[in-house]
Amino acid sequence: MNPAINTAVGGGMAPVATTFFFYLLGGLAIAGGLAVITRRNAVHSALSLIVTLLSVAGLYLMLYAPFVAGVQIIVYAGGIMVLFLFVIMLVNVETSSKERQFNRIWPIGLVAACTLLALFMSAFTKGKALFPDRMVTLAEGSNTQQIANMLYGEAGRMGPYTFAFEIASLLLLVAILGAVIMTKKKI
Amino acid sequence: MAPITTLHYLVVAAALFVLGVIGVLTRRNVVIVLMSIELILNAVNLNLVAFSRMWGNLHGQVFAIFIIVDAAAEAAAGLGILIAFFRNKETINVDEIDLLKW
Amino acid sequence: MPNFIMSYLGSTVTPGQAGNQFWALIYVLIIFAGVSVAVMAMNWLERKSLAHFQIRLGPMRVGPHGLLQPFADALKLMLKEDIIPAEADQFVFWIAPLIGLLASFTVYTVIPFGPSEAVSDMNIGILFMLGISSLAVLGIVVAGWASNSHYPLIGALRSSAQMVSYEVAMGLAVVSAILMTSLNEKGTGTLSMIGIVQAQQQQGIWFIFKFFPLGFLAFAIFAVAMVAETNRAPFDMAEAESELTAGYHTEYSGFRWSLFMLAEYAAMIAVSSIAVTLWLGGWMRPFPNLLHAPAWDFIFSLFPGLTFGGLAAIAVLGTVRMPSHSFFKIQRFGLAAFAALLGFIALLLLVIALAGRSADASLAARFSEGIGHVYWFMLKVAVFMYLFIWYRATWPRYRFDQLMRIGWKVMLPISLGVLMLTAIVGVIIS
Repeated sequence: MNPAINTAVGGGMAPVATTFFFYLLGGLAIAGGLAVITRRNAVHSALSLIVTLLSVAGLYLMLYAPFVAGVQIIVYAGGIMVLFLFVIMLVNVETSSKERQFNRIWPIGLVAACTLLALFMSAFTKGKALFPDRMVTLAEGSNTQQIANMLYGEAGRMGPYTFAFEIASLLLLVAILGAVIMTKKKI
Repeated sequence: MAPITTLHYLVVAAALFVLGVIGVLTRRNVVIVLMSIELILNAVNLNLVAFSRMWGNLHGQVFAIFIIVDAAAEAAAGLGILIAFFRNKETINVDEIDLLKW
Repeated sequence: MPNFIMSYLGSTVTPGQAGNQFWALIYVLIIFAGVSVAVMAMNWLERKSLAHFQIRLGPMRVGPHGLLQPFADALKLMLKEDIIPAEADQFVFWIAPLIGLLASFTVYTVIPFGPSEAVSDMNIGILFMLGISSLAVLGIVVAGWASNSHYPLIGALRSSAQMVSYEVAMGLAVVSAILMTSLNEKGTGTLSMIGIVQAQQQQGIWFIFKFFPLGFLAFAIFAVAMVAETNRAPFDMAEAESELTAGYHTEYSGFRWSLFMLAEYAAMIAVSSIAVTLWLGGWMRPFPNLLHAPAWDFIFSLFPGLTFGGLAAIAVLGTVRMPSHSFFKIQRFGLAAFAALLGFIALLLLVIALAGRSADASLAARFSEGIGHVYWFMLKVAVFMYLFIWYRATWPRYRFDQLMRIGWKVMLPISLGVLMLTAIVGVIIS
């Protein structure tokens, strides 16, 4: 039996008003996404993206993934968006918010995106039989522990993602070095 | 109302993905294009975590954590490129970043 | 419905764990009221303490010894004209103080005042607190940008760069404390705030003293980083009046400015609570394992009443020493009434402590225990608050490049070293 699955409902605490919160958070996320791609002002787009990121973190909490939700808030909303806001303020060209916002071939882009959406919808309707009816309830209390077991390994063996974890740290190091070198005035 | 199934989360993720694709394809401001890329990555993450719950193991969540780490690195690198380019050409329009065009 | 309300009253878990939304709401309201009162008290304490440090008296006129000064300040700020710069972005200007306020107040959901006196005990408690307090940076950046003026913009960018830099050292110090929670026989630690204090209780030692000096170094790094994180002296270059004309909140007037101050003091109390929970044993009284006889329990349970009795005695002393001139009649009467109030609270607490002397689960015993938990927690947080004021009075400001140099070149390596050494020592010992 997979230790990740907890057959008790909610792990001892019943979830409350799931439908209401799903529609609220999902609606907020999509509204935020719409605002990101349509706002003229880049700071408004950044603030809408923060709303989207926080709603998606809430959706993670509803999917019994508290650790991913915490990482999302710390890294995405608290780190990456601060970086975006800094850069927006550094490159704030006054004329950019008065120029044309959408490029010349925007109808083609819109058609391509709608085709993609139609593809997704047809995949969902045709493949509905693939999804099992029962929504499994993951054990929320030991979520961090189990993710740590997968990342770091347990009982002396390497976990399935230990190597990927080390490579990810190398990736971050390379990104730090790249960002520092690219923004230096004299290399 | 019907109980919330995995399909509901997948639909939200698909909507976010398509919104991100529209942003990447149609906007002229480079920072907003980068933010649309972040939207795409978030849609993929939501997909992964929803499937992780469906199957009952945590592989999806661990993969989502790696994608968040990757998005941080990519945002840093992308914004660094943007700042370096802005120093040269004083513009943040995608249309005008065409120095290598024939 | 009354069953739902009454069903929580005997439980030993937080309302969030028990799924009882009514009591969670009650706790949230109590915390909100308590934090507002605490912020006003901090305001008064700061002005009086700074004044006494500088050998002057501070506010003396509004109430007896200036005790009603915060109310006068709040009234003034609410009645002031609300000026918005002409070219400022209206919506963003309005929303910026709200972001900081929301971030600073949301962390109170997981602060444990006792083993069951918290709104909710999330099992990612400390992760949640670190994440939400990193959202406060966004409020500052946006506030500086929305003011459409260069002093606020530079102040906001400096302030947020400082906060982001010291968040790294803070996070690493927190991780090294979390590592210590895993030194039990199961080998697994916990991220929940209540679990961290219970780990300290079980291991019989406050984490500040564990693996000396590693626990103390981690605590010291967190103590410095939290002062920088809340933009307080000596790291308040970004909002100091002589430097940048009040930095990111220059253009905010009246009530909006008071929202920023409220967010700042609330953030101070929140990060002090993190420090108290992680290193100083949270709600535990001193020496819970060493001196665990019922007599010692009784003596320590008298402390809340005795503290309020001491405060009442100081107020009585102030009343007696007030000049016996007819101009001071109202102040004398007011201070005497305040002393009577404090004395009444002291008497109430002493009665509860006496009635709950036996260790059975009677109502008075549970009340006394709960009051004891909250009291010791608040006492330790109050020590930190006084330290914040002391730092501001005593130390000169750091220049901004010195500040960033310390954050990256001193705190980060030390905290990394402490983390590695804690991990090595933990593995060796277990």
